[in-house]
Amino acid sequence: MKGLDNKRYMRRKFVNGLTLSLSVGTVIFALTFLIWILWTLFSQGFSYLTLDVFTKMTPPPGSSGGLLNAIVGSLYMVFFATVIGTPVGILAGTYLSEYGKSGWLAPTTRFINDILLSAPSIVIGLFVYEVAVHSVNHFSGWAGSFALSLLVVPVVVRTTENMMSLVPSTLREAAAALGAPYWKVIVNVVYKSARTGILTGLLLAVARISGETAPLLFTALNNQFWSTDMNQPISSLAVVIFQFAMSPYEDWQHLAWAGALLITLFVLGLNILARTVFRQNQSHS
Amino acid sequence: MDTYAPSAVLNEQNIIRESISMPNSPQNKNIGATLDKLFRYTTMFFAFLVFILLFGIIITLLVGSLPALKMFGASFFTSTAWNPVTIDFGGVVPIYGTFITALIAMLIGIPVSFGIAIFITELSPNWLKRPIGVAIELLAGIPSIIYGMWGLFVFAPLFADHVQPWMNDNLGALPLIGALFQGPPMGIGMFTAGFILAIMVIPYTASVMRDVFEIVPSMLKESAYGLGSTTWEVIWNVVLPYTKIGVVGGVMLGLGRALGETMAVTFVIGNAHELSASLMMPGNTISSALANEFTEAVGDIYTSSLITLGLTLFVITFIVLSLAKLLLIRLSLREGKQS
Repeated sequence: MKGLDNKRYMRRKFVNGLTLSLSVGTVIFALTFLIWILWTLFSQGFSYLTLDVFTKMTPPPGSSGGLLNAIVGSLYMVFFATVIGTPVGILAGTYLSEYGKSGWLAPTTRFINDILLSAPSIVIGLFVYEVAVHSVNHFSGWAGSFALSLLVVPVVVRTTENMMSLVPSTLREAAAALGAPYWKVIVNVVYKSARTGILTGLLLAVARISGETAPLLFTALNNQFWSTDMNQPISSLAVVIFQFAMSPYEDWQHLAWAGALLITLFVLGLNILARTVFRQNQSHS
Repeated sequence: MDTYAPSAVLNEQNIIRESISMPNSPQNKNIGATLDKLFRYTTMFFAFLVFILLFGIIITLLVGSLPALKMFGASFFTSTAWNPVTIDFGGVVPIYGTFITALIAMLIGIPVSFGIAIFITELSPNWLKRPIGVAIELLAGIPSIIYGMWGLFVFAPLFADHVQPWMNDNLGALPLIGALFQGPPMGIGMFTAGFILAIMVIPYTASVMRDVFEIVPSMLKESAYGLGSTTWEVIWNVVLPYTKIGVVGGVMLGLGRALGETMAVTFVIGNAHELSASLMMPGNTISSALANEFTEAVGDIYTSSLITLGLTLFVITFIVLSLAKLLLIRLSLREGKQS
């Protein structure tokens, strides 16, 4: 062992130790910020998360109130965005997975979809503003929903395609051998086998749009009062948080922290739920 | 997902058998063929919708930016003016800010993502892999507005009190790069924005790097270990060369995210339409200019100038993300050939 104990060996060992400790350091670095942010949310927001938040409207500056209209507005828009985006995403994903073996449309769409998946959401907002706000000259909840649905589609397309491709082709062949037309094979066999995976994608899509602010700023705008009219500007939790947090009024800032905690718990909860659903399915089958 | 319980398969076969009661009547066959076509074309239509969406976005934004482009021409991209009163607009300040903040994010984000990916693929004991992976992915789940609030109320004050004075004293005196770190300790500014962006892109970049590191055949790694390499030497000389295209792809993906991120940046950038040499000074990015000013913009030219900025952002991210995607496709093609 004496031969190994030279300078060069020591240096290699040192470099190895140093870089690997740095690697551990980076993990600690990232986890620190995760814990720090969550801790900030709890310590700042928890004490303001009272019953009032869920029962009262957003207040004018200087008085107390809650976030009810914002929460309901967000739920409305997220709901409609999911209802619009999901079928589009599932059907497009079906094409990519089942009919996309030949032709130019499938590979190109797959490529474009992956880009839309990471495209800046504020640009989507700008697009919807031009299409659905500028042309009719007023902001509306529908425009907000439409913008959010454009964020749902790429996520659903991607997971649907991935999950349907995982279904073994022997299942499809077995169904086809029984005389089923291809569309029945897809609907009754492939969808059925892939449904947990598709559901996971859906949950992730909902989680993604629940926290989105940028595309709503100039589509749904905001509304200080109770409104469930999707043809009018409608309030959303994310936009209210933005407005209140940037304001100089303390009451508003407190509500913003309460809203921030709420929205984060909701989004992270959905994320974890999606993972658990998927994992259970995997270990089950 | 590779094996299915036989009962589930039988069950599905029963359902099919039930639903095809009269498979041999010619009429039924015709309907089946028609429905088949109908279903195929329906899915094709929606795929086409996704395909056309990209062009819809580009054309719409192009139409929206025509008034500004007509008025300013190419000088829009060389002018630093931003004056709603005299209706004089130029895109240099926000475009510069977008690139600088993204650059800072990458300088910090790449090494950290690399370290995390190494930890998860090479160092971590098996039981720790999953929790760490989930925790890093949760970082991607936190809404960007939360990063912004945290940055403005928690990070910026700490940064102004403790880090900025130190940077001013130590880094500010250096030749050449010193000017980057000089400035009043305000906490908000381009550096803060870039730093928060770094934390936000880490999960995306790290997850791509982790995925590509995992495709390295263990035989290659074992051979290197067998020759007496240290873990770091295996990573640096075997894993990284094998996966470098994918690593660059992951970096580009993170860059695409950093360029387009809006809310977190809007909180901490300071929203100032001024070009300053120092990273400690407030600035602006395309997305934060849009978030701050779009609803308040009065007049066609003002709105149109903002839409031009949006179009610029979309084109830049499109190019970056396309490169990312092409690199990752290339890696997976090579992977397919070898195996």
